Amino acid sequence: MPYTANHPPRAESNDELRARIPGWGADLDPKDRPSVPRERFDPSATGAHWDFPERQEEKWPRERSIEHKFLTPVFGTSSPPHGLSGVLRKFAYAKYSEGRAAHWLILLGADRVDAIESHLRSFATTRPDNPITETGVLSEFSRGGISSRFGKKRVDLNHQWIDPILIAGPWIAAVGAVVLGVRAIAKR
Amino acid sequence: MRAMVYRGPYKVRVEEKVMPPIEHPNDAIVRVTLAAICGSDLHLYHGMMPDTRVGMTFGHEFIGVVEQVGSSVQNLKVGDRVMVPFNVYCGSCYFCVRGLYSNCHNVNPNATAVGGIYGYSHTCGGYDGGQSEYVRVPFADVGPSIIPDWLEDEDALMCTDALATGYFGAQLGDISEGDTVVVFGAGPVGLFAAKSSWLMGAGRVIVIDHLEYRLEKARTFAHAETYNFAEYDDIVVEMKKATDYLGADVVIDAVGAEADGNFTQHVTAAKFKLQGGSPIALNWAIDSVRKGGTVSVMGAYGPMFSAVKFGDAMNKGLTLRMNQAPAKRQWPRLFEHIQNGYLKPNDIVTHRIPLEHIAEGYHMFSAKLDDCIKPVIVPGA
Repeated sequence: MPYTANHPPRAESNDELRARIPGWGADLDPKDRPSVPRERFDPSATGAHWDFPERQEEKWPRERSIEHKFLTPVFGTSSPPHGLSGVLRKFAYAKYSEGRAAHWLILLGADRVDAIESHLRSFATTRPDNPITETGVLSEFSRGGISSRFGKKRVDLNHQWIDPILIAGPWIAAVGAVVLGVRAIAKR
Repeated sequence: MRAMVYRGPYKVRVEEKVMPPIEHPNDAIVRVTLAAICGSDLHLYHGMMPDTRVGMTFGHEFIGVVEQVGSSVQNLKVGDRVMVPFNVYCGSCYFCVRGLYSNCHNVNPNATAVGGIYGYSHTCGGYDGGQSEYVRVPFADVGPSIIPDWLEDEDALMCTDALATGYFGAQLGDISEGDTVVVFGAGPVGLFAAKSSWLMGAGRVIVIDHLEYRLEKARTFAHAETYNFAEYDDIVVEMKKATDYLGADVVIDAVGAEADGNFTQHVTAAKFKLQGGSPIALNWAIDSVRKGGTVSVMGAYGPMFSAVKFGDAMNKGLTLRMNQAPAKRQWPRLFEHIQNGYLKPNDIVTHRIPLEHIAEGYHMFSAKLDDCIKPVIVPGA
């Protein structure tokens, strides 16, 4: 079709679509769509029976974005900051707004530090981290690791080889460092 | 109690954790009966979301039974069977009273750019999630709803995020009668977005992915035409050909931060965390939609920058619409569609996994093994 004012012709009419697709057009009228318009002022719709919620007790200095006026009245209490990762996280929140890349890059760095700290700490417990069970890699054998990948036109295979390096690499490097350290000490 | 615990990128395990206490008068404690792993949980699992802490319990899709309520809770009582939207929200702030429940200003001290989400890092408020035996549910009079007797558990579970998000994504597309709608991504949200596009009167729905088993589901479950982008040199050109070189009227990005299709984009984002997300699907959406068309973004991206082709969006005069879905706002209409037989949400559930085996579930879902589309987690199984 040349470039004219017409929309490309439809392959199926409304009646044909209605016959083929359960519910076709049930929400054709935007008034039937619950998020149209997207903003609809209706304070009675939520179930809230307060103007401003009571404040949850702050059991440790809760880190917060400097783009907030105050600590929100309710907040999550999972995993309080601790160790070096905690120091980094508190610094990222106290110093940089969400608009600064430094804020997010420090938090991402703190996540990696947290993982290392936690792995090391786990070795002092009765349940050290186990990369075999915790990665779930054994499901490769029970869930068709080979048949799910090969003979398929999957494009993600071009980067899946990186995952074992990312996961196992630090562990292998750590073991290597320990071996080298022990050997160096033994040679003295 | 037993709970899934994050141990670092690509590593999770089940541990004994302390039972969550009531921390606010409008809290409830819910005993989880079913939870799900969401595609966006994989961004946490892969270490992409800033401030994802070791020790956190993931899971923003769950249903359960009320075990305990705080002193100010009026609408729920112990023993009620409830579905909990993935958004934590107060119901009274500037955004909540306008229906923007996913943008609540009173529940996330860690960030102003996103509201509260269960089990979704401290960037989303630091709340433990529902892949656990018990979970704290703030604002029990606002978020949770009693599950209607006629609604099956797995259907209710899908309403807590995946179905509500897909349906919301189709609404943001502002679909008109006869529109051609292209959906990138045949995961749960993409499948529900495709199905919902028909409800809004689309004349043609095309779903694009590279996983053949998911495209098969898009054909059978969502009645869609499908394209496997791995079979084409340039999927954008194929979409132009498919629309007589006009472009689609509406394109929905249901992929998000870990999009495949360009090695460099994927690796810089998903492996080396140098972008907030891999923008391949979003860029394809911008290039596949017609001038003046609408792109609806349902895929989740991190807060860092991403290499999005904004010049094309500007020059084409596009409308870009996006948000985390205000899940509960969708429920009354979704209930009607389910009762009328237009939607059967649990048709997309492919795996039911005991909580104790959740590490295998995460790996299977992440590596796309065993034709996995939607894994459901069963505590106590």
